[in-house]
Amino acid sequence: MAERSFKKEVEDLRLGAGDIFHGEGILAVTKALLQSGVAYVGGYQGSPISHLMDVFADANSLLTELGVHFEASASEATAAAMLAASVNYPLRGAVAWKSVVGTNVASDALSNVASGGVTGGALIIVGEDYGEGSSIMQERTHAFAMKSQMWLLDPRPNLTSIVDMVEAGFQLSEASNTPVMLELRVRACHMTGSFLAKDNRRPPLTVSQAAAAPVRDTNRIVLPPANFLHEQEKIEKRWPAALAFIAENKLNEHMGPADGDIGIIVQGGMFNALNRALELLGLSDSFGNSQLPILCLNVTYPLLPSEIAAFCAGKHSVLIVEEGQPEFIEHELNTLLRRADLTTKLYGKGVLPRAGEYGAHVLRDGVAGFLRAAAPALAPPEQAPIVPALAPADVPQRPAGFCTGCPERPIFTAMKLVERELGPSHVSADIGCHLFSILPPFNIGNTTMGYGLGGAGASAFKPDGKRAIAIMGDGGFWHNGLTSGIGNAVFNKDDTVTLIVDNGYSAATGGQDILSSNALNDDRSTRHPIERAVRGVGGNWVRTRTNTYDVAGMRDTLREALTTKQAGPKVIVAQSECMLNKQRREKPLVAKAIKAGKRMTRERFGIDPDTCTGDHSCIRLSGCPSLSVRPNPDPLRQDPIAHVDNSCVGCGLCGEVSHAAVLCPSFYKATLVHNPGRWERLRHALRGRIIASLQNLQARSLAQRSF
Amino acid sequence: MVVPNPEGRISLAILALGGQGGGVLADWILATAEANGFIAQGTSVPGVAQRTGSTIYYIELFPAVGTPPVLALSPVPGDVDIVIASELMEAGRAIQRGFVSAGRTVLIGSTHRIYAIAEKSARHDGRRPSERILEAAFARAGRFIGFDMDEAASRAGSVISSVMLGALAASGALPFPRAAFEAAITAGGIAVPANLRGFAAGWDAAGTAPTSLREQPTEAPAMSLPAPRSATGHTLAARISAELPPGAHRNSLEAVKRLADYQDAAYAALFLDRLKPIADLDDGTDNHKLTAETARGLALWMSYEDTIRVADLKTRDTRLARVRNEVKAGDAELLRVTEYMHPRLQEVCETLPAGLGRFILSSPALRGRLERFFQKGRHVETTQLRWFVPLWLLAQARTYRRGTLRYQEEQHRITAWLGLLTSIARQDVAAATEIALTQRLIKGYGDTFERGLRQFGLIAAAIESRRNAPGLAPLIATLRDAALADETDTALLQALAAANIGVVSPAIA
Ligand code: SF4
Repeated sequence: MAERSFKKEVEDLRLGAGDIFHGEGILAVTKALLQSGVAYVGGYQGSPISHLMDVFADANSLLTELGVHFEASASEATAAAMLAASVNYPLRGAVAWKSVVGTNVASDALSNVASGGVTGGALIIVGEDYGEGSSIMQERTHAFAMKSQMWLLDPRPNLTSIVDMVEAGFQLSEASNTPVMLELRVRACHMTGSFLAKDNRRPPLTVSQAAAAPVRDTNRIVLPPANFLHEQEKIEKRWPAALAFIAENKLNEHMGPADGDIGIIVQGGMFNALNRALELLGLSDSFGNSQLPILCLNVTYPLLPSEIAAFCAGKHSVLIVEEGQPEFIEHELNTLLRRADLTTKLYGKGVLPRAGEYGAHVLRDGVAGFLRAAAPALAPPEQAPIVPALAPADVPQRPAGFCTGCPERPIFTAMKLVERELGPSHVSADIGCHLFSILPPFNIGNTTMGYGLGGAGASAFKPDGKRAIAIMGDGGFWHNGLTSGIGNAVFNKDDTVTLIVDNGYSAATGGQDILSSNALNDDRSTRHPIERAVRGVGGNWVRTRTNTYDVAGMRDTLREALTTKQAGPKVIVAQSECMLNKQRREKPLVAKAIKAGKRMTRERFGIDPDTCTGDHSCIRLSGCPSLSVRPNPDPLRQDPIAHVDNSCVGCGLCGEVSHAAVLCPSFYKATLVHNPGRWERLRHALRGRIIASLQNLQARSLAQRSF
Repeated sequence: MVVPNPEGRISLAILALGGQGGGVLADWILATAEANGFIAQGTSVPGVAQRTGSTIYYIELFPAVGTPPVLALSPVPGDVDIVIASELMEAGRAIQRGFVSAGRTVLIGSTHRIYAIAEKSARHDGRRPSERILEAAFARAGRFIGFDMDEAASRAGSVISSVMLGALAASGALPFPRAAFEAAITAGGIAVPANLRGFAAGWDAAGTAPTSLREQPTEAPAMSLPAPRSATGHTLAARISAELPPGAHRNSLEAVKRLADYQDAAYAALFLDRLKPIADLDDGTDNHKLTAETARGLALWMSYEDTIRVADLKTRDTRLARVRNEVKAGDAELLRVTEYMHPRLQEVCETLPAGLGRFILSSPALRGRLERFFQKGRHVETTQLRWFVPLWLLAQARTYRRGTLRYQEEQHRITAWLGLLTSIARQDVAAATEIALTQRLIKGYGDTFERGLRQFGLIAAAIESRRNAPGLAPLIATLRDAALADETDTALLQALAAANIGVVSPAIA
């Protein structure tokens, strides 16, 4: 069960010709795929394209009606390999993932499909996770397009352009027998807007029809001598075919006046920010009526030499707005200008920052720099920078962290406790929610080498006493950790400890089901225990802990793994359901049961303000958002006291921590019993009476000695 | 660049924390605008920030005129018309990032605090001051509408996102009537009555929000002095006004109140006996800060948290009432309370008569034998008789407290601390004041308590070694801050090394 339900969005997928589709960028792409007669779709979830996967997962009945095959692929490599279906058959296929990381994983299959070429249109939708809010290394997918000679589309960020580009992408792919990548930046994926819908199209050929009549062509297989043929084909046939298609269909756009002394070439995805920058400089308006000629590259690879030459001819200076580095387009433009023997001076990273996201304010300053150098008459006056009203230290940073009641938190609390006993270990982390452990308050984890590579990242450490610890999430484990981490450790007789966090979902990407999910899913096969898989590849020391909140138990298991004499990898599977998903599932049920008069208990934690002395050890071992501080009500004490607010879900960690770490007696658990039975009520009242009378005695003694 | 867009474009940024409903708020605004003749575009970069980090949602609205406008996907510093922040520091972040421009931007921000991890995990008080942000908000925004939206939401039984929408509607910054916003909530179809309540609360509160820093309510209203209510109380209060300088009255009154509660009137009198000699040495600097801070430290140290005290506090009737209130237990619900206690052999022995306690602790064989029983934490259900009664009995042991091992140890430590303080006060009142303030390190239980004691010992030894050197007061302050900087002694040892002080065995421990 994914974090968000997409019922409404699934309905939008049914819109027909003349209807207006309203929604997020990435969902517009889902609709565009169906309008393009796609036959199969695959992909791997991850921001910013998770919603595409979630919508398709929820749209099963529509997809069946249309004869479209959808798979939640095991990894991006799996998804890319799916494109094999378009090699021999005129099937349109699309795959999606988070890039650049997903493209890294997929690149083996991508190279193969790009080498052999395709018959049916093959579209690769990459969510370019670059700039603010990104959680991955800052690299460009552009390089992959270049090295494999796949075409790269970078549409202007508005829904109509994006949707048009999906359709054009399939056509371009078919016209040039080449897979095509469609690059969407994070903000464009999440941008809302509307476009005029078309009817969905059943694929002319479905995947099952294709399978029923297999076609074989050894020339399409990457094996000598065909592989050498492919390289020739790329240069001699596919490349020219692509250039012709792009030129004929005018995929790139010219804006502003036809002529001028200076001009700007811009990646399509950067166009809106560029226009805003020009607007702020008084050189454009809200409708994109630029006073400077602009060439907007909706196709950023390949470039059309003739188009570039035509644009630059007669201009003494041109600015290229290209986000990210290295500046591949700028290099290519320089080459093209040389080859065309043009003297146009090219500005790019010289006036714009070499690295980092290009927001409109960055472009405003960059364009201003360009104008100062190339057209001083148009340049704005220099402005004194505005002095910030607040110093950096005035506003604390807010690193992401584990959610309230997260079952992964106690695992790291236990690790902290073991660290106190045995000293710190080298910790190889993975990708997923658990990576928040590297941030305060836990500060655990030395490296992260990629999804499912936590185990592999620890493999160089041949411990002589102290063992390295590898961490993997269940998502990473199934993505490739089973083979590259566990299998590798078994085979190489590694002595490392691997901790697999099994919370039942691919939680970081939005709670999608995976192989080991506990939930029953009608469309997928779940409930395959991780421990069985580990044992299957030869892991012998495996402990599954079914309750991560048992901090002392976690600590003891971890200690045992780190100190046992047994050779070979030590694997701990730490299970507890993702609290976000659990709450979503259980909250309504509990509310209903209480309303229906059923006996129900609800727990939450609290802290006694008079015993808390304000040291905050508990917070340093937890970091739960519900555990915070508040002013000390004690007139003599000055440090704020710890405090549990009403958002506590009663996961129990607070109590376990104060036990396991011998903290303080301030924590209490309040159990609220709704609709208690009559007998229970009676006993409670009786007990209450006795307790009250003892308390009375105590109060009297207090009154006697009181101030 | 503080002029609004001439073509009527309105830009709006929402800064919210994961889970506060920033996305829902953005959706309501988009829906309202679209239903009222505007083209609306929203974007965000949720990513991992969705999980408790801070996220910016950005919206551009444009009057629909036929030609579709080109809208931007991220806020430009200096070009934002409306900023909505769900928490005070997020408002600060908006100001810091340049989204709030004088003469233009309407800043709508909640003034409540959700502390960042660095603020709440500090060993002392790591909270960033709110005043700086409020000051900047009033100074930098075209208009600042700030009030505690979290509180307004919980009073209305709603969520903060709907309160923010109400405040936005009331601000008049968007050209839509109240009903238009409410229609968006209704059309959203989720928790409509609660959201409308929150909206109304936000609307009302925005109208009466303070318009300048001066009107902003200060966080802690000054507390009145504790007044004596018993004969003993009057005697103690009379002694305070006769023997102590006015600057130390508040802390001393609180102290005797606390110690009478903790032990008895005689114990409170002992406090005054101990404080008097210090007051006599006080030269009156900073309104008799030396006496006032010694009073604070002394009272806290004398009311050390032993098992008897904890049992006493946990079994009081006032405590049960407080828990009921805190967890919002309804009348129909039964409340069970479980404590997490982990008495170690150490603490048990400390509660025994001094001779017996010391005997056990100094016999390794006996220790080893007994320690087994005190390895595990206990779930102490204080709403059950089998736990309440023993705890209650333990609380009654208060009358025997003076015979316990812990009492002897603590009195010994207190005397040593006062001895050091007195001898320094004779020559350097400022340094003595710092020694009084250093009592702050002594707090908590178990390991925390021992760490504080150890650090205090290191500082006390440093004072001894430097007692005649100039600059003693600032040195003590530096060492104290270093001690509080981390959980290990690293920073303190570094500070000692930086001051060229060799670490000798602690003088007080
Ligand atoms: S018990 Fe503690 S850790 Fe668990 S949800 Fe409540 S405050 Fe957070």
